[in-house]
Amino acid sequence: MTKKQKKTLYRILLAAVLFIVLQLLRPEGPLGLVLYLVPYFVIGWDVLWKAVRNIKNGQVFDENFLMAIATVGALAMGEYAEAVGVMLFYQVGELFQSVAVSRSRQSISDLMDIRPDYANIERDGQLEQVDPEEVSVGDVIVVKPGERVPLDGTVAEGSSTLDTAALTGESIPRDVAEGEDVISGCVNLTGVLRVRVTKPFGESTVTKILDLVENSSSKKAKAENFITRFARYYTPSVVFAALALAFVPPLLGMGPVSMWLRRALVFLVVSCPCALVISIPLSFFGGIGGASRQGVLVKGGNYLEALAKAGIIVFDKTGTLTRGTFAVSEVSPVGMDWAQLLEIAALAEHWSGHPISRSIRDAAPAGLDAGRVADVQEVAGHGVKAVVDGREVLAGNAKLMASAGIRTPESAASGTTVHVAVDGTYAGYIAVADQVKEGAAQALKDLKEAGVRRTVMLTGDAPQAAQAVAERLGLDEVHAGLLPADKVDRVEELLGGKRPGEQLVFVGDGINDAPVLSRADIGVAMGALGSDAAIEAADIVLMHDDLTKLPVAVRIARKTLRIVHQNIVLALGIKFLVLALSAFGYANMWMAVFADVGVAVLAILNAGRMLNAK
Amino acid sequence: MKKTFKLIDLDCANCAAKMEDAIKKLPGVTDATVSFLTQKITIEADDVSAVMPAVVKCIRKVEPDCEVVLK
Repeated sequence: MTKKQKKTLYRILLAAVLFIVLQLLRPEGPLGLVLYLVPYFVIGWDVLWKAVRNIKNGQVFDENFLMAIATVGALAMGEYAEAVGVMLFYQVGELFQSVAVSRSRQSISDLMDIRPDYANIERDGQLEQVDPEEVSVGDVIVVKPGERVPLDGTVAEGSSTLDTAALTGESIPRDVAEGEDVISGCVNLTGVLRVRVTKPFGESTVTKILDLVENSSSKKAKAENFITRFARYYTPSVVFAALALAFVPPLLGMGPVSMWLRRALVFLVVSCPCALVISIPLSFFGGIGGASRQGVLVKGGNYLEALAKAGIIVFDKTGTLTRGTFAVSEVSPVGMDWAQLLEIAALAEHWSGHPISRSIRDAAPAGLDAGRVADVQEVAGHGVKAVVDGREVLAGNAKLMASAGIRTPESAASGTTVHVAVDGTYAGYIAVADQVKEGAAQALKDLKEAGVRRTVMLTGDAPQAAQAVAERLGLDEVHAGLLPADKVDRVEELLGGKRPGEQLVFVGDGINDAPVLSRADIGVAMGALGSDAAIEAADIVLMHDDLTKLPVAVRIARKTLRIVHQNIVLALGIKFLVLALSAFGYANMWMAVFADVGVAVLAILNAGRMLNAK
Repeated sequence: MKKTFKLIDLDCANCAAKMEDAIKKLPGVTDATVSFLTQKITIEADDVSAVMPAVVKCIRKVEPDCEVVLK
């Protein structure tokens, strides 16, 4: 508890004791009023003072004013005990609320506790702790085991294991050695590292991430804006309703003014919108905090809200669903054995830098003699011609074969097919496929379970290769053979096919897909740790290259929205119930105070559930 | 230009919303956010330091005990 909260607590205790004593003695008449005023002022002087001060500042409908009117009204009607009790109860509620909010705030900032406090710099052979902001690019800092890497840099000396969990949600530690990059915010686990700083603190990963999360509360969700707008009208309308309730029925001869006045006072107490105004942003903030603990950065409540309504998810293929590295998936020789075919192809492709060629070489036995290859000729977009062991070898796609007048069989292989011909005779093909990322299939399954209606893959690859990946992963739809500009058009088309209320999510690796990322309702960049461009372009960032975090994020988003809706219904429901009851004389001021601060506390506690979201 | 300041003793969420409203309407202020949760105010203006006195006045008007940490 803060000092201020403690002070309130003591005042509450003192007033409560006085109140109980008075309740036992039950003094009446003018003496009673004087005696009851003692605990009333002990507990309520600040409320009264703030009410007066705020009216002077032109802030009429604030909660202090409303509480002041309600309790002074009760005193005027001779309900001394009620006035003191309600004020006491109100302060207890406020204290509770304040403690609950600071608790939640604390636990969220604990989640975000990746800010390094110091950096070790070596000066004259002595280690000195300095503020990370004072370290400049090119300096060498020392990171001891158990310490957090304070700035981005390259390992100049030493090797160790880093815990990146706070940044990526990934629990497996990462090994680093000399010459490799380290990212600020990671915790050094085993060895001492000397790191040459490559970025100033203000541009280091850890600062970027913290800024992002802190600024996320400025991008408000629709639900948040709705509540603030609602609050603006709610309070004045309830106050006017209270006025009407106090004076209209008595004028119509429906009972004494005092009775209606008492009911109207209840209205005033209920009219504060605090429960809503606090709990809704708190839920979103908690959701964003919970997501970032899982290595998912959400740049604003609006994106979290949109993600909860994700109906169509569009994936880029290479780098997102597949690793973008190729491997031989099938060798189908004609008239020779498969090892021979692979050897000939590997030799023909020996000098080629194409990723497909590389994968064929990787599959062939190591140590092939490059001297067996001569007269290599690359045919751009088609393949290679070469002389291997004195025989003319063609290795490439069907078009290359066709240009040499060689017929190719319809290949049923998935992925890219490399046909091979030796001395003008067809010798078979080698199929090379992009490798599907681990967890991609699981992620797609989980997304479907989380309620995503349609999953779509966009790729520049050939239809056959794309189809094979799509089938393995269980995607609903594939659009292949697309140029980068086509991808935007496809996304536009898909946007047109949305159902009402649905959102379209695009997931890419953040490289070359910035236009699509910004065109989609929500752009998700993955594997973005260390890639500033992707962090800038996307609305949601998966820090680790792990697609299974996407369904986690969708689940967190849905849970957040559920809690937000629960809180709206709970707070408004109870308030309207108490209003209705009091209009007919069934509610007293105690219930009204509960409907105000009690509900606020409940809503805050409910929002607190977001902090443990998985 | 966008700048963020810390707020001390920002006690009520509704007040934060009121401040935000009032500050947004100040001349020279493009956008403003008062976050009750992070206890921070973010101001977007062509010249932040020029509008700060008016911003502080707005805050004081809604919550006289609330302090802005100007750094």
